[in-house]
Amino acid sequence: MKNVTRRTLFAMTPTLALGLAACGKGGGSSSADSLVIGIAGDIDSMDPIHAESAATRELLFNVYDGLVKPDTQSNLNPAIASDYTMSDDGVTYSFTLREGVTFHDGSPVTADDVKYSIERYRDATTGGSLVSAFEAVNHVDVLDDRHVDVVLKEGDTDFLAYFAIGITPAAVVDLDMTPIGCGPYKFVSRSPLENIVLEAYDGYWDADNAAHVPNITFKVISNTDSIGMELAGGSLDLFYRTPETQLSQLSEKQFTIYEGRMNIVQALYLNNAVAPFDDMRVRQALSYAIDPQEIMDYVSGGKGTEVGSSMYPAFTKYFMPELSDVYNQDLDRARELLTEAGYENGFSFTIHVSSSHPQHCETAEVLKEQLAAIGVTANIQEIEWSSWISDIYNNREFEATVVGVDASALNAPSMLRRFTSDDGNNFINFHSEAYDETYARAHAAFDDEEKTTLYKECERILTEEAASVYIQDLPSFVALSNRFEGYEFYPIYAQNFASIRPAE
Amino acid sequence: MAGTRRSLRQTIDRLPSPQVFWAGFAIMAAVVALVLVGLVWMPYKPTAMSADRLQGISAAHWLGTDKMGRDILSRVMYGSRVTLMVALGTMAIGAGTGVLVGAVTGFYGGLLDEVVMRVMDGLFAFPNVLLALVFVSLFGSSTMHVMWALGIAFIPSFTRVVRSEYVRIKHLDYVKNARLQGASDARVIFVHMLPNVRGVLLSNVMIGFNNAVLAEAGLSFLGIGSQPPYASLGQMISEAQEIFFRVPTAVLGPGIVIVAMVLGFSLMGEGIRPATQSLD
Amino acid sequence: MRYVLKKTVTTLATLLVVSVVLFASFQLISGDPATRMLGTGATPERLEALRAQLGLNDPLPVQYVRWLVSYLHGDPGISYVYKQPVSTLLASKIPVTLALALLSFALMCAIGLPVGLYTAKHAGSALDHAVLVLNQVIMAIPPFFSGILISWVFGMMLRLFSPGGYVPYTRSVAGFLGYLVYPAIAIALPRAAQLSKLLRGSILEEAGKDYTRTAYSRGNDTNGVLYGHILKNALLPTLTFLGMSLANMLAGSLVVERVFNIPGISNTLLASIGNRDYPVVLATVMWIAVFVIVSNLVVDILYRALDPRVDVE
Repeated sequence: MKNVTRRTLFAMTPTLALGLAACGKGGGSSSADSLVIGIAGDIDSMDPIHAESAATRELLFNVYDGLVKPDTQSNLNPAIASDYTMSDDGVTYSFTLREGVTFHDGSPVTADDVKYSIERYRDATTGGSLVSAFEAVNHVDVLDDRHVDVVLKEGDTDFLAYFAIGITPAAVVDLDMTPIGCGPYKFVSRSPLENIVLEAYDGYWDADNAAHVPNITFKVISNTDSIGMELAGGSLDLFYRTPETQLSQLSEKQFTIYEGRMNIVQALYLNNAVAPFDDMRVRQALSYAIDPQEIMDYVSGGKGTEVGSSMYPAFTKYFMPELSDVYNQDLDRARELLTEAGYENGFSFTIHVSSSHPQHCETAEVLKEQLAAIGVTANIQEIEWSSWISDIYNNREFEATVVGVDASALNAPSMLRRFTSDDGNNFINFHSEAYDETYARAHAAFDDEEKTTLYKECERILTEEAASVYIQDLPSFVALSNRFEGYEFYPIYAQNFASIRPAE
Repeated sequence: MAGTRRSLRQTIDRLPSPQVFWAGFAIMAAVVALVLVGLVWMPYKPTAMSADRLQGISAAHWLGTDKMGRDILSRVMYGSRVTLMVALGTMAIGAGTGVLVGAVTGFYGGLLDEVVMRVMDGLFAFPNVLLALVFVSLFGSSTMHVMWALGIAFIPSFTRVVRSEYVRIKHLDYVKNARLQGASDARVIFVHMLPNVRGVLLSNVMIGFNNAVLAEAGLSFLGIGSQPPYASLGQMISEAQEIFFRVPTAVLGPGIVIVAMVLGFSLMGEGIRPATQSLD
Repeated sequence: MRYVLKKTVTTLATLLVVSVVLFASFQLISGDPATRMLGTGATPERLEALRAQLGLNDPLPVQYVRWLVSYLHGDPGISYVYKQPVSTLLASKIPVTLALALLSFALMCAIGLPVGLYTAKHAGSALDHAVLVLNQVIMAIPPFFSGILISWVFGMMLRLFSPGGYVPYTRSVAGFLGYLVYPAIAIALPRAAQLSKLLRGSILEEAGKDYTRTAYSRGNDTNGVLYGHILKNALLPTLTFLGMSLANMLAGSLVVERVFNIPGISNTLLASIGNRDYPVVLATVMWIAVFVIVSNLVVDILYRALDPRVDVE
């Protein structure tokens, strides 16, 4: 049904575009064949392996396709690979490439390109944030033009999700300047800090999910306080991270607001290695002191979803809503725990927060007020994102920070692996033998049910030991001009603009 | 014809000075009162959040509330204090150092003068906002750092003015006499000569203060300076852009205080100095 | 001529000092380019490899000389983040900021000079007094504040332009200028007020001088005296002001570009400092410094050319 509708619409697009071109008024794009999308700040890179930030990954989702591709329902569907099998021991993943898939330059996607791409992700000298995940790959065997075997160092039944990484042509070296993938949209031009222009790729392999809107321009917005004004003024057709306060500026006649979730775990992340947060009781006290609903009230007009551990609701398989009730606000209990830990007079600490993430800053402001009630003084220090990455994330020189952690792939390890004691991404220095052991068992398990149970156990440990003060998955408000429709939310950082079509 | 000539000449006196001065004084007094009252009493704690988010003007909240339900008037009172303090601090650093350096280099001249003035030219080549921006990126964002950065940025303009005054007056008879009578250099520079640059200095402090207020406002508009939950006026305006259409006072309130601060001071300046000396 | 030569040499020395200080100060910032580029996937080995590749491990003087030599050859390097030559990157940003600054400058002159002349001629009139008061108020309005008000009034209420609807000059020069006019007004207004006040003041001061009386006694009418004699002298102090204004407009656009979402050097500079993209920061700051110094130099030279009495030393 869905597909049929889309195909019909797709066929109708040219006529619609002609019809609407004349009646658009005062818009950044006045016709239905081009969509102007605002993005807050420029992306990291056009090269998928350097897509560090979630904002970059979700945009590049339109340019690069992987062997498999996540859908809105958390499934991993065959994409460039028409078929795949996993050996019983979870070591060998065999892919059959789909026939007729071409890169944006027209050349066919071959097994060599796949091998090249995976090795590039694994290579520590060129790779990005996924290197640690791809280190699990032992080697890639090209069987013939259309068949590839990826052999892991040890069995891992969760690994499939990582094959959603963008496949790029082996022939292209500089993807930053000449980005070529095989996604629904192809790169046209980029002016740093100004715009990125994409156009629909008419040779896209998946006719059912091909792009409807021929041209997309991403406009870099430096002043996010004026997004509502730019939308209302007609300079933008779509903004997918509209601050809640600016929504009421948009009239229903002009815009449709889609409400979803950002797919992150926002928390007051505590450095478990420094005093007083090396004491579990202090971390628990803080968890008892705060009220996530009140934070949501102030930051997003009450919207948002409480999370109690390092898993967000879109992972329906793993998410445990009950964990958010473990620490319901209880100031007496919080004071009690502080006294037990020897901080009956409270203490003071600094929350570092990235100045380019206003929602995290605002959350920190509310936290400061809430913590004051139990005699704990939180000082807020805004720092630049670069400093955050280097000082907080890499060097771990901090006491506490408010940030959102997202999943780099659609599997449980991408949310949970980082909290094992010696993981390179364990920026909060969480150390729990129970956790390490449970995680190792979960990772090694083959039976899906057993695996899921163990991952859930990991979540529970994070909550009970109060690894951090878990708050919420932030709401995501997407404002889309009524000249278009069809926005869809994904369970992971992905924006699929191919699903957007001119409104009837 | 003769009438025109008279009108061209007599209006050098411009607006009647005392009135201008007192008008400026009144405005400035209102701003200072806002700050001083804020030291002992504010309608609400400027960081106190409440469920009354995005309220318009009311008896309870004279300027309404922001998106966190905080009282805008209280925040304006606090923000004015920050802005005023930064401007005063900037002037103290800029004028203090500028007088010292300008007096010494102007008095002695020579190689020292040449080198120092080139350094000053170098500093002067940066718009003060840019200089402060770089400074704050280096040392971290805080009110103190903004004050230091702007203070340093203001040194060259004071140095130049004071230096050229010293160059001008050092050949005057009274300076020569003082030296003949055996006064030390330091005494000549700071006791005999300094009072004579008072006028020029005063008018430059007047302008400098205003520039400092505007520069601080611009910087904090870019998000540099006070750390949340506190905010100076520029930051308040920046944050309030998104709620302008709901609570216009969130932008207008701090904006008007900035304008009042600059206007009040410049009117006072107008009242006490000749009209023709205005320059940057 | 000797003066120009000397001034040029000292200017170059100044720029050199500027670049050294800037270069050295990058070492103090937390978060180096390699960390920023590798982001959360950084491991010590990869950081080390990238630093070596970028030449960040060399002693500072070596790095500086390497940069300087390349810069003097007209190559300010490659942007760490955008992977393209800095010259290409800035070539698309500088014209925007320059256009904004020049447009503001033009607006300032277009408003400030006539108002100054008029009020000087009709000094003492009610209108003159009104303008004097108005000037004081306008001078006190920071451009970002008026910018926001302009966006709301002209953009949202009157719908004369769409806020944020910046049009690249490559697409339409008219659309480009049509959008820039609004930020330019915000930047120009306070300076125009100062200019008119200054011009009025210096005309009136000249009017009190002996040569003016002589001119009158020779039978010139007011216009004759004003345009034939006074204006030339009265414009001299204005000239210095104009020179400084150019630099001021540039500083103004640093803030106002943000209000109007204009992709000029302001965003580039702020983003590049944030990204630790030093080649871009250096080149941008050097460009600003050159712009300010050269505009001051031109004013200096003009000043001397127009008024031989001036002893600049």
